[in-house]
Amino acid sequence: MTAQPAQPSITPTSDPTLKTPLVRVENLVKHFPVGGGLFGRAVVHAVDGVDLAIAAGETLGLVGESGCGKSTLGRVIVRLQPATSGHVYFEDIDLTKVRGEKLRRTRQRIQMIFQDPYASLNPRMTVGDIVSEPLRNFGVAKGRKAEQKVQEVMRVVGLNPNFVNRYPHEFSGGQRQRIGIARALVLNPTFIVADEPVSALDVSIQAQIVNLMEDLQSRFNLTFLFIAHDLSVVRHISDRVAVMYLGKIVEIGPSDSIRDKPLHPYTKVLESSVPVPDPDLEAARKPILLKGEIPSPVNPPQACRFHTRCPIAQPICSEVEPPLEMKETGRFAACHFAGQL
Amino acid sequence: MQDLRVQFDVSGGPITAVDGINFEIDRGEIVGIVGESGSGKTMTALSLLRLIPEPGKITSGRILYGEKDVVEMTDEEIREFRGNEVAMIFQDPMTSLNPVLRVGFQVEEAMAAHSRFTRKQAHDRVVPMLQRVRIPAAKDRVRDYPHQFSGGMRQRAMIAMGVSNEPSLLIADEPTTALDVTVQASIIELLRDLSRELRAAVILITHNMALVASLCNRVIVMYAGRIVEQGPTRAIFKNPQHPYTWSLLRSMPRVDEVEKERLISIKGLPPDLGRMPPGCKFHPRCKFRVDRCLTEEPPLGEVGPGQDARCWVLMKNIENPEAEALK
Repeated sequence: MTAQPAQPSITPTSDPTLKTPLVRVENLVKHFPVGGGLFGRAVVHAVDGVDLAIAAGETLGLVGESGCGKSTLGRVIVRLQPATSGHVYFEDIDLTKVRGEKLRRTRQRIQMIFQDPYASLNPRMTVGDIVSEPLRNFGVAKGRKAEQKVQEVMRVVGLNPNFVNRYPHEFSGGQRQRIGIARALVLNPTFIVADEPVSALDVSIQAQIVNLMEDLQSRFNLTFLFIAHDLSVVRHISDRVAVMYLGKIVEIGPSDSIRDKPLHPYTKVLESSVPVPDPDLEAARKPILLKGEIPSPVNPPQACRFHTRCPIAQPICSEVEPPLEMKETGRFAACHFAGQL
Repeated sequence: MQDLRVQFDVSGGPITAVDGINFEIDRGEIVGIVGESGSGKTMTALSLLRLIPEPGKITSGRILYGEKDVVEMTDEEIREFRGNEVAMIFQDPMTSLNPVLRVGFQVEEAMAAHSRFTRKQAHDRVVPMLQRVRIPAAKDRVRDYPHQFSGGMRQRAMIAMGVSNEPSLLIADEPTTALDVTVQASIIELLRDLSRELRAAVILITHNMALVASLCNRVIVMYAGRIVEQGPTRAIFKNPQHPYTWSLLRSMPRVDEVEKERLISIKGLPPDLGRMPPGCKFHPRCKFRVDRCLTEEPPLGEVGPGQDARCWVLMKNIENPEAEALK
């Protein structure tokens, strides 16, 4: 048994190592009702009590497997979808509460980049119209001034500004993702949520976009929430990583220390599952194979959600839910036996 | 496979998707074919089964399977060959399974369709097959429909169908791309074990270099319908000679990377197959090209034991390629 901490535990939102949190998510919940069915009230627990904080200027990576709720979390944070309960603070503004003019002004500073650059760009609009749309929507600039701004951001993301009158289908996947990034940048945002921005792209193109995002971050002092299933990409781009399983964050910490010593058994399993492009290391790598399937988010397991598949689960894991608390400086894990796998 | 060429007849003239491919594969060997979309890797594999979609055609070359040439086989022979000798596993198991038929029945059909087993034998083999691909509670789950299976289970069912006839050649086209990493890991293990048990030759088609490092004995790197480099896995990863292979390996972030180095990106895009550049097909994106690359296409030449590369320059002749590439 682990010793109970004498003081109230430190959570990710009270992380003392985080200097200036730009975004704070507190006990955020997003449930979706499903079906009518016999019982009528089935609910998908997509995001189920998430606490996290993102420091100004950092990239927080959010990883997890399909259905863990990572995309939903991203969408609720930018308020593309309303939260069921909980709070999202941007600076000191509660995004789940703010309305009217203040919401509009706050929203300008928060943007999103989507996974599929084919589906997220309107095929009937020219690139110029797509990129300038946020300027018009927010009444920031129009006419000549808007044109200039569009040409400027197109240059910034590495697109030829002479292509403003072309349509999305005339561009390759990588270029379309640049268009999506240009659209996100045109309002000079502070915070960008990128949901699987490179997973639809070919390997050689992924590197172009990852490098571009890193350049933009240092140039404009952006804060990123980078959501992806690919641990290698997330690790590369992120200062800190949050790991999600079945609607909950199970671990948060600096990417390097998570790599060296994952605390949560699920993080360890993920780490061991990713192949490395090196035949010698591959010969030595022993993936930890999980038993069973990921449980349904309609009816997630009691207490620790990972206990049904965890290689080191004990009776307490199915009885008491472990809180996401600080285990070492700047490192949080929701596990009764953190670091023991 | 000898000098294979696949062309698509489209308005505006033929497009060459696969141009002069040569390779061999032995029983028990796992060969990876890697490349990006449009590199011709899938077409190469489909041509092994003569399954090139219209309006594509194998316009030259031979595919020898033992003594027989697949290109010359009659329709009856090719049917036999596809069913009894070769199995193909596709990327998306949901679209390859019939949603209205029970999984067990589909596995049985796959066996009974080809004359190796009688209906009765096929029926009796279903559950052991599902157990062999490690579907838990296989006895109960034979009566499930595909939608009741998770993605990983469906892929296992597909693999069961594929290996049920004990093929000597297994072609897996991006078998784990649609799956989560933890599921992917177990499918990789399964493929590794099966190749050993069946002593089958396995061709793994993928864009994922890490997967190749994990599974394959040999690697073929394709670009613009050509083999640009091939060789033993270790040589390709430790000592790549073609600038494309070299850049591809450095363009991927590694899960074990300690220092965050800037990724080496390959500028531009792969060429449009209808408008190929002259000379080396990679030269417009190559940071190490010389004048000759612009006009003359290099042959696939030997660069080491069992390793060939199609390049006039070769990476071993470049001092400090990292610095060069980041310029």
